[in-house]
Amino acid sequence: MSGAAGLPVWVALIVAGFLLLGAGLTFLGALGMLRLKTFYERVHAPTLGTTWGAGAILIASIIHFSVLGSRLALHEILITAFVLVTTPVTLMLLARAALYRDRAEDNQHVPPRLKGDNPARDAH
Amino acid sequence: MTPLMTRLLPYPLLTAALLLMWLLLNGFSLGHVVLGAIVALFASHAMTALQPSKPRLRRWDKIPRLVWLVMLDILRSNIAVAGIILRGGRRQGKPGFVAIPLALRDQTALAVLACIITSTPGTAWIEHRSDNGQLLIHVLDIVDEQLWVDQIKLYEALLQEIFE
Repeated sequence: MSGAAGLPVWVALIVAGFLLLGAGLTFLGALGMLRLKTFYERVHAPTLGTTWGAGAILIASIIHFSVLGSRLALHEILITAFVLVTTPVTLMLLARAALYRDRAEDNQHVPPRLKGDNPARDAH
Repeated sequence: MTPLMTRLLPYPLLTAALLLMWLLLNGFSLGHVVLGAIVALFASHAMTALQPSKPRLRRWDKIPRLVWLVMLDILRSNIAVAGIILRGGRRQGKPGFVAIPLALRDQTALAVLACIITSTPGTAWIEHRSDNGQLLIHVLDIVDEQLWVDQIKLYEALLQEIFE
């Protein structure tokens, strides 16, 4: 940690606040993976960590390094963009795989395949 | 653009974005501009093999409103979902699937909507029929189904203005 001591107290407090918020939300997301009952419910839990959980930590990072003036804080914007684009794709793939399996096993708690206008696509 | 330019730069926006990303990651210097430009050119040429539909942005000015709306909604659902987890899964409503008919057809707009819905804690994009626009989402806490339909419809209307 180079130069963190040179941070004014009020900035350090804001940075610490955002860090705690981010870490807390990410922790709650992880806790949700344990506590929620079904797979489809658990899909929602990690998004706490990938939205405002990661977001608050990145805001803390932007404030910290911008105030210290060591560099222009632009890496964080890239990280935000990557996280926002990649996590939904992973979650969608997982949810669709679960749905496919549940339907193949004829589980009654999932809705049937959506009906389309093109019956040929439904036949298989 | 002339045909030659189109062949050299099939996706000019993508090429520019890749170059910008390269410079952000590696720092600005002449060497990195050249290297980044080469990487960006090759990568955007690789995209032509995938033949993605070229998104047309009709209303740039609506994008900040969409971003603001999404950030607020995500913040609100962060708090709501954190509350549900803290109470050990107890909540007012119950989890379940909601079917929503969409009029949105633009592929890029649908991809953006899928990312928004799945990123938001408490809602997840599950299934979509491209032929009639039927969408299935999973919601963690359904008290009133119509509220979720209305919220997705709000996003849909904004995305239609931006992309269609």
